[in-house]
Amino acid sequence: MLDRVLFYFFAGIAVASAALMVTRRNVVHSAIFLITALLATAGIFLQLRAEFLFIVQIILYVGGIMVLFVFVIMLVNLDVALQQIQFARQKWVALIVALALAGQVGVMFWTSGKMPGQGLLVLTAVAANRLPPNSEAVAKSLFDSYLLPFEIASVLLLVAMIGAVVMAKKRA
Amino acid sequence: MNAAFQATLEFLKVYWAPLLCGVAVVAILPLIVGYIVLVERKIMADMQARLGPMRVGPHGLLQPIADAVKLLIKEDIIPENADKLVFWLAPVLSVGAGLLSLAGLAIGPAFQIAQDINIGILFVVGISALGIFGIVLGGWASNSHYSLMGALRSSAQLVSYETAAGMALVSALLFTGTLNIKSIVEAQSKEGIWFVLLAPVAFFTYLVASIAETNRAPFDLPEAESELVAGYMTEFSGFRWSLYFLAEYTNMIVVASVATTLFLGGWLRPFAGVPWLDFLDFIPVLLMMLVGVYCFVRVPKQPVTVQKIFMVLVGLLCLAVAMVLFAPIAIPILKPSLTEAVKPFYAGIHGGFWFIFKVSLYIYFFMWLRFTIPRYRFDQLMRLGWHFLIPLSIINVLLVGLALIVGAYFHLHGWGLLLVTTPAAILALVAAFLILAIEKQHDPRPEQTAASDFYAG
Repeated sequence: MLDRVLFYFFAGIAVASAALMVTRRNVVHSAIFLITALLATAGIFLQLRAEFLFIVQIILYVGGIMVLFVFVIMLVNLDVALQQIQFARQKWVALIVALALAGQVGVMFWTSGKMPGQGLLVLTAVAANRLPPNSEAVAKSLFDSYLLPFEIASVLLLVAMIGAVVMAKKRA
Repeated sequence: MNAAFQATLEFLKVYWAPLLCGVAVVAILPLIVGYIVLVERKIMADMQARLGPMRVGPHGLLQPIADAVKLLIKEDIIPENADKLVFWLAPVLSVGAGLLSLAGLAIGPAFQIAQDINIGILFVVGISALGIFGIVLGGWASNSHYSLMGALRSSAQLVSYETAAGMALVSALLFTGTLNIKSIVEAQSKEGIWFVLLAPVAFFTYLVASIAETNRAPFDLPEAESELVAGYMTEFSGFRWSLYFLAEYTNMIVVASVATTLFLGGWLRPFAGVPWLDFLDFIPVLLMMLVGVYCFVRVPKQPVTVQKIFMVLVGLLCLAVAMVLFAPIAIPILKPSLTEAVKPFYAGIHGGFWFIFKVSLYIYFFMWLRFTIPRYRFDQLMRLGWHFLIPLSIINVLLVGLALIVGAYFHLHGWGLLLVTTPAAILALVAAFLILAIEKQHDPRPEQTAASDFYAG
């Protein structure tokens, strides 16, 4: 019961602030609503007893990436940006993509209703003390079963980082 | 509706105790912060050979309350072109992040609001890092150049130093293998040695980074009054300003608590596992008694009767605390049959004392630095962070990990681990000086003038 209430609470905040984020004209307001949406998603992770994902979401997305976003927004001249048309004129493409996505979600809902146990996962709450500790579980799967993909991803990120430094450096 | 009500009841039934503790912390913390500020002013006065606040109450003991009343009834000014919503939100965000991260800390084995979270230390560090939004958004919403510059400096500074602080935490966490705060302290109790001795370089890195992260002098560039008025707080007044103030001091408490938990043995007494040093348990009692007796000695010196009475009350309070601390160590000696029953009380009370004592020492160090070291310039601050602290902390993580592998190979434990971690620390220091030398050689530019610095006000 409590789980369900918490889920709908966080999900509602996430959806509402995502909608607000797209519709605000002021970039800083958009950023604030994006932060709210990310925090609400973190709340859903926590409700699913994935506390490690919860804190990683907060540290990386909210505390890391969004800080840089806001930092860049501060450097942009907002008065000029407000005069320009900010919304891309791709209405029809956007509509088709959105409809396709909605259809996909609808099909998932429909099939999960017909075939129990398949399609959409129906969550049953497990007592928190009976779950394995989340951070240990993540670490084990990262460094045990998925070591090679993990290393490849790390090297990719390293390459991106070095590339950024090289491009940012002034030519001597 | 009924379902929501039921869910609330269910929630309250399980979580009434942490909720109550949370409310208590939120209610008491402003008072504690007020007294930290008073202590800071007194220490500053002492270091500058002055008396500090003396008028309100004996030795200015009621000064925080007077200050609070002044701040609360002050006029609340919102600049005309400010973004009202963000202006309202920013200080709340700042103080909310600080208060929320307090929930994860364990003040002694008995008192922890969010009991035994698996991600413990990450929760505290991650949530307290959110306070930066309060600073950045507040600076932006004020619609003032000083505020914006202060906010930009602050976010740049926090982002740069968070990496170093995180790496320092990693090298301490290598010893524990867990993120849970209680398990971290228990690991130090099991090893019988605090991690500050095993990872001194990491402690140093964290110390410097934590000063930068709390925007304290010598790294208080975001609020450098000679350049930026008051930085991001320039346009805030009255209650909103005091929220920022509260957030700053809450963050100090949080970083001090994290350092205490990870490096200084948390709530453990010095040499907690050594039986023949058990007489150290009397130190807290003696300390509190000394303070109480000193209060009584000073009573005749007070000029007014009210102040005399007040001084006696403070002395009695200190003696009462001393009695509370004395009871759990005296009862087992008087009545050995009660030893087991008293144990949890002993752990809770004395653990709480040592934790708060260490946190106070850490904060005292902050104040000491503030009044002795001049402020850094912004480019110096950035260079210190990126060219020195971050490489040093990364090298230190590698070396500590290596030392731990070697230590595990030779089955070293406790103080024996020093055999491998001390060379690692020395190597890390050598590497640090090499970094500095290479940087000097590689980049022999003359000292920049302040005018060429982009962020200078």
